[in-house]
Amino acid sequence: MKEIQYKDIVQAIRDCIIYSGTNLPQDSYKALQNAYENEKSPVCKEVLKQLLENADIASNEARPLCQDTGLAVFFVKVGEDVKIKGGSLKKAINEGTEKGYKDGYLRASTCHWDTRANLKDEVGYNLPAIIHFDLVEGDELEIEYAAKGGGSENVSRATVFAPAKGRKGIVEYVKQVISDAGPNPCPPLTVGVGIGGTFEKAVISSKHALFRELGSVNPDPVLDSMEKELMVELNKLGIGAMGMGGTQTVLGVHIEKNPCHIASLPVSVNVQCHSSRHTVIKF
Amino acid sequence: MSKTYHLTTPLSEEDVCQLKAGDIVYLNGIVYTARDAAHKKLVDLLDEGKELPFDMKGAVIYFVGPTPPKPGDPIGSAGPTTSYRMDSYSPKLINEQGLKGMIGKGKRNQDVIDACVKSKAIYFGATGGAGALLARQIKSAEVIAYPELGPEAIRKIEVVDFPLTVINDTYGQDMYLMGRAQYEIKD
Repeated sequence: MKEIQYKDIVQAIRDCIIYSGTNLPQDSYKALQNAYENEKSPVCKEVLKQLLENADIASNEARPLCQDTGLAVFFVKVGEDVKIKGGSLKKAINEGTEKGYKDGYLRASTCHWDTRANLKDEVGYNLPAIIHFDLVEGDELEIEYAAKGGGSENVSRATVFAPAKGRKGIVEYVKQVISDAGPNPCPPLTVGVGIGGTFEKAVISSKHALFRELGSVNPDPVLDSMEKELMVELNKLGIGAMGMGGTQTVLGVHIEKNPCHIASLPVSVNVQCHSSRHTVIKF
Repeated sequence: MSKTYHLTTPLSEEDVCQLKAGDIVYLNGIVYTARDAAHKKLVDLLDEGKELPFDMKGAVIYFVGPTPPKPGDPIGSAGPTTSYRMDSYSPKLINEQGLKGMIGKGKRNQDVIDACVKSKAIYFGATGGAGALLARQIKSAEVIAYPELGPEAIRKIEVVDFPLTVINDTYGQDMYLMGRAQYEIKD
């Protein structure tokens, strides 16, 4: 049994949220640099230059990269042999989230679905966090965090196909979703695709796919080839940085798969903007 | 070929009619911030026959909900939000109140594009996700209405050489469609 202190989790989450809000992770920065090098459109090249400059300013002056500092999304793997001392894990994550957003001068973006009233006083500053727990063997605690903005979330889509649609149907669907989204989700994008499972499993997988390092290779050869095919196809759409028309529309396509029911082929496309703020904490 | 302009608010009909989709504009002067919640309140005021909290004639509205300012700063990070959420409100402000400019990101619907042609207004794009960079061009900020909306309150801000691209002009052109048509590869 490994004991982890409640206050240590709060502190680690607070610090990681402040750091993520103001520092673009290396993989995202490098992907933007590559897009800048490869972009053919002078207008989009200028946009990409601004984005790299923005990342430098944010990091040097500890300012939020974007005013949409997102909802806080966590994927948490809890080892069965982990014991949290001094409070519950869920509470620690929420407390760390509130502290991070407040202390880092990040925006409180949670509101009531109907009245649209900000929940910062009623529920907590940018609370509740969106947390996906998974119970695993062992004595490790792994917390993956990403800040998820609204503009890219608003263009995300999911469906359940009949199995006959197959790989071709999935590729067409992803192309349609990104084409319809156009300039709205702040391209160049990371595109998370979840295939299989049940309806909600596909959606959660597509979210988790966004947490993967940009530029990393999918270990599944079939998914790897689909990712490469989609990169080419999506860049052919001509949307470009901020939709101004260009050759660099996506920075990465990440696919996760699950076994399906014999009757269905669920597919979900979760879109992330160019400001892909994600990180991992391990205890 | 796109041109570069330096303009100061309030914008005149002459200012906006010279602009074409794809042109670069560095904007100076007073701009008002408002997102969906504030737009709804503005349109409600008009429906009730009441006065607006600022003069809309020649005005430019920036669709933004900034982060809280750090101590000593006028404003936090302040990049544009997605504009379609204001589509149902903008035509009324353009056609009936003389709004001349909107700053945001992403597509507008045909009603907004038509209003820009009919009543001579411009939809400008600012670079989404460049909130730290854009905040540098904002010299002052003051909440003038709806403080209870927090980040969505209406702020009167002063901008200096605020970098913009003309997306929808007064001739019905759309930079997003023009740009994409140039680079889309159809099999």
